[in-house]
Amino acid sequence: MAKLVATCAIGYPDFRLNAELDLSIDGITAVFGPSGSGKSTLLRLIAGLDRRAGNVVRVDDDIWQDDAAGIFVPPHQRQLGVVFQESLLFPHLSVRANIEYGAKRKRGAETNFNVDQVIDAFDLRSLLDRLPQRLSGGERQRVAIARAVMTRPRLLIMDEPLSSLDLDRKDEILPLIERLGHDFDVPVLYVSHAIDEVLRLASQLVLLSEGKILAAGPIEEVTNRLDLYPYTDRIDAGAVLRATVSKHDVARGLTEYTFTGGVFRGPIVDAPIGQTVNLRIRSRDVALSLERPNKTSILNILPGHVAQIEDTGGPHSHVLLDVGSPLWARITRVSTRELELAPGTPVFAMIKAVAVDRRSMGRTTAMDASLAQGVISRHS
Amino acid sequence: MEFDLTPIWLTLKLAATTVVVLMAVATPLAWWMARTQTRAVILVESIVALPLVLPPTVLGFYLLVLLGPEGFIGAPWVLMTDTTLTFSFVGLVIASVVYSLPFAVQPLHTAFEAVGRAPLEAAYTLGASPLDAFISVASPMAARGYLTAAVLSFAHTLGEFGVVLMVGGSIPGETKVVSIAIFESVETLNYPVAHWLSGGLLLFSFVVLVFVYALNRQFPIKVS
Repeated sequence: MAKLVATCAIGYPDFRLNAELDLSIDGITAVFGPSGSGKSTLLRLIAGLDRRAGNVVRVDDDIWQDDAAGIFVPPHQRQLGVVFQESLLFPHLSVRANIEYGAKRKRGAETNFNVDQVIDAFDLRSLLDRLPQRLSGGERQRVAIARAVMTRPRLLIMDEPLSSLDLDRKDEILPLIERLGHDFDVPVLYVSHAIDEVLRLASQLVLLSEGKILAAGPIEEVTNRLDLYPYTDRIDAGAVLRATVSKHDVARGLTEYTFTGGVFRGPIVDAPIGQTVNLRIRSRDVALSLERPNKTSILNILPGHVAQIEDTGGPHSHVLLDVGSPLWARITRVSTRELELAPGTPVFAMIKAVAVDRRSMGRTTAMDASLAQGVISRHS
Repeated sequence: MEFDLTPIWLTLKLAATTVVVLMAVATPLAWWMARTQTRAVILVESIVALPLVLPPTVLGFYLLVLLGPEGFIGAPWVLMTDTTLTFSFVGLVIASVVYSLPFAVQPLHTAFEAVGRAPLEAAYTLGASPLDAFISVASPMAARGYLTAAVLSFAHTLGEFGVVLMVGGSIPGETKVVSIAIFESVETLNYPVAHWLSGGLLLFSFVVLVFVYALNRQFPIKVS
């Protein structure tokens, strides 16, 4: 697992970035924050497209910038790939020549994939002879990602690669990005202000606001930290389960996932066994029972206990559960009283399989205002 | 009618040589102008544009002083080659390069600015050195600018008269280009020759301009 260390500071008259990162980059790490929070600035400093004295950027033992040691590796000599917001394909080159542009110039670590595999993975075979002007927006971005992957980067930076695309095009590209780590063993730094993309893709989350890093860590951890809700308040109330696809039951139309604490069953999806995905489980889709229900239509019954109860003054309680992983349930206060819930109470969480549907996974909905404002404590 | 083709060949040779030298000079200059952050670029831009507004006689006068046997450039040339720059083909090339400089620099400058920084940054992240990115990305994307620059400076060199007269005079086969030949024909009342030469130059210039404008329409600089 690679490690990214970045100490990046830059000052403009109206904006200051001061960010220190020390991350194990594996899979997709999302850098999330509102517009103007410094995401792109940070990324340009890491890539070496902008340079400020005193910054340090390092991937494992590969030092890209360390001014104290007099080291600055120019971007073209870094083992790095960047996918920009506008695909920036070279207009005078065919799709094939664009893809081969970087591969010809960068001689990186040996990898177990070749041009043909990348072309097939991104479904570009029928487009190879075309010029970029004749591609759709989604096709262009697919070529741009393929072009960057072909340079065998130690770190692939993606700067809001989907922001100029409509919903259908996004749905077409998200699975490709999701599989980058799995298929090509490329760690990705994914910059976005779209929470639905972040929740779907990321295994780790770096939360950036006004040029400062507020939190960095596994996505379940950061999204469940109540003290960060004012910053993540565009996230629909709920929890993210980091889970691995373990089994497809075609006959019954189900896919089984394993996560820390158990097994979750949802509608069948088109994902390879072993792939890690984020299951977004909204608190309103979780019901509680004190006993294990016997006859029920609900497929997912997860034993655990209550970790914390937040009463926010409204008709609902927000109950944080520990089922091996954190999980939020939103139930009425009446129920909380009748079930005599308190921290430590053993409960069974019931989640309908259909609660997790891939297309709505992490859909952007406003966070319950009460939860966003009322609760500042954090769980452990 | 006695018709001498020498001025025509000489003119084409002068224009072709000038274009070659100009492209070598104007490309790095225009690239620097398009990419630099310094304010001094305003001064350089103005100097490059001077030949557009100065009377050719002013330009020709200073070139004559500079290239003459006692001049800043002319004197060392005499020492090195034992020939003078003034009233020679080489002197004419130098004068033409200065005279046509804006016609080469400005289309290139515009084209390089249209390419912008982003495609170059993409090239860097794909492993291209700055020079490599210039050759493999910026130049092809600015191809129309190169063509416009070459065609315009070629055509403009054909049409120069005042500067040539001041710096080169009218030595047959050496400095007597078409525009001078026309002038002399008219002075000696040899209208048929003046007609042929003038008509030819008119037609040629028109064709060149049609070509340039058609090119602009067909392949607008587009960065996507």
